[in-house]
Amino acid sequence: MIDTDNLTKKFGDLTAVDNLTLHVNDGEVFGFLGPNGAGKTTTIRMLCCLISKTSGSATIGGYEIGNKEGSLKIRKMIGLVPDNVGLSEHLTAYDNLDFYGKIYDCSESQRKENIKRFLEMLGLWEKRNDLAGTFSKGMKQKLAIARALIHDPQILFLDEPTANLDPESAKTVREFILELKKQKKTIFLNTHNLDEAQRICDKIGILNTKLRVTGTPQDLEEAVKGKKTIVSLEQVNEKILSALKKLSLKNLTSEGNKITFDVSDPDKENWGAVEAMVLAGGHVNTVNVVGSSLEDVYLKLVRESA
Amino acid sequence: MRLSKAWLVASRDFKIFRRQKNILYSIIVFPVITSVLFPAILEFTQQRSGGLSAPGVLPNLLNSFSFFFIIGAAYIPLGIASYSIVGEKIEKSLEPLLATPLTDGEILLGKALSAVLPTLVAMYAASIVFMVGIDATTVGKLGYNYFPNSTFGVLLLILLPVAVVMSVLYSVIVSSRANDVRSANSYGILILFPLLATYLLSEVGIISLDINGLLIIAGILLAIDIALYFVSKAAFQREEILTKWK
Ligand SMILES: Nc1ncnc2c1ncn2[C@@H]1O[C@H](COP(=O)(O)OP(=O)(O)OP(=O)(O)O)[C@@H](O)[C@H]1O
Ligand SMILES: [Mg+2]
Repeated sequence: MIDTDNLTKKFGDLTAVDNLTLHVNDGEVFGFLGPNGAGKTTTIRMLCCLISKTSGSATIGGYEIGNKEGSLKIRKMIGLVPDNVGLSEHLTAYDNLDFYGKIYDCSESQRKENIKRFLEMLGLWEKRNDLAGTFSKGMKQKLAIARALIHDPQILFLDEPTANLDPESAKTVREFILELKKQKKTIFLNTHNLDEAQRICDKIGILNTKLRVTGTPQDLEEAVKGKKTIVSLEQVNEKILSALKKLSLKNLTSEGNKITFDVSDPDKENWGAVEAMVLAGGHVNTVNVVGSSLEDVYLKLVRESA
Repeated sequence: MRLSKAWLVASRDFKIFRRQKNILYSIIVFPVITSVLFPAILEFTQQRSGGLSAPGVLPNLLNSFSFFFIIGAAYIPLGIASYSIVGEKIEKSLEPLLATPLTDGEILLGKALSAVLPTLVAMYAASIVFMVGIDATTVGKLGYNYFPNSTFGVLLLILLPVAVVMSVLYSVIVSSRANDVRSANSYGILILFPLLATYLLSEVGIISLDINGLLIIAGILLAIDIALYFVSKAAFQREEILTKWK
């Protein structure tokens, strides 16, 4: 559905997006992560044919970005929620949506039906005749999402749709995205929220001007492999630590009454370590194995590229 | 370029203007002044001296009054266009609009129409009130109804639209560079100076505001319109709007 090949954008001397090559399948939710200034918004703007590319190429639904006919075709089949929602504050919620429906040549009945459906799903139907300017941030964000959907686009671009939202509104928006996923819409989601990406995305890409990695959330976690064993003891002492040091465990650290080390195969390695601790007189309370989280992966990649 | 789409953009603006008192005022004030004040001045001076508006001087005076319609027609769009474009900038509402299948030209034309049409309606309505008012106060002196006449016809139907278009295009350009309505307006006002200068030159007799004079001015403004059209079109492009507009 979305294919980019060495897509690059430069603003003067500054390279905002560097040779981005990625592929998003039909009906997939793609999470685009990256620090501030990584080029996420710039990428969305190029894909929505809002700004030109400097080099490389990209197709959306088979149409090429960067030429006039392709751009027009692409703009017909996408919906965009920009990072600044950009509602007409002096129009009612209903009129904001109705105007966009008319732009896409939706019939009157179709507009009425879609407006009602989306405003009800997002809990804004009661407020349809209020001016958008009187809405709270969260309500505006939801209204902007409804606006992007008014013509039933096949592809939806969301630029940080849950930024600035309270946990409850963020949850409504996330659930709404999952609802759209059920309807087989292709969703390109810029976000800073790793937890959100992990929960709702089929595939994740981490960008820092260059694309650092793509894959399913599970793939990414496994890519960094490293699991950790955390052993909690009654008390940690030198004797226990020196016993463990003999085992040449990786990244052995102790803090308070906890000892942590890296393992690649916990089933095999933990047993020996625990035995050594017990033989050295340690009272082992609990043994936990934790995988590296998406956050670890993210931080590692972003720091590496900094 | 689909006119219906430009009309869509303009009608959304009209809906917004209806909720904006200052826009409504800025549309109404000038026409009210020109259409009511001038007949009132004439009436007043006639009652006091009876001399200022002797039949011989009267037509010249009336032609000078008429030229204020051009200044008014150039003034009104400044407020509307700068509001509607800078307003969108402040609301950041151009980005989602630009992501739709509307073309830049359709959006620009819509924005222009939303400034041109209210101006024309207001100025033409004012001109009717003006003509009736002036005729009522001068028919006794002149012995005939001065308005309507072909000079005012040329002024209203040829010069006025060209002046409105000039002002609208100029506003678009100024608005693309301005961050708030006030600064857009203060730069916008500059477009009135050449018109005021024209008026003063006619007062001292260097140029004449008869039909020929008006047509020459219209020709000059038309040339300016064409130049401004290309500049505004260059300023009103997706990429330009999203990356260079502040
Ligand atoms: N119009 C522009 N002119 C010059 N540089 C720009 C322009 N727009 C973006 N940039 C630069 O491009 C880089 C990428 O910006 P972009 O907005 O795409 O980042 P982002 O990943 O969306 O960041 P954030 O998470 O803060 O939204 C930044 O260094 C930014 O300063
Ligand atoms: Mg961004």
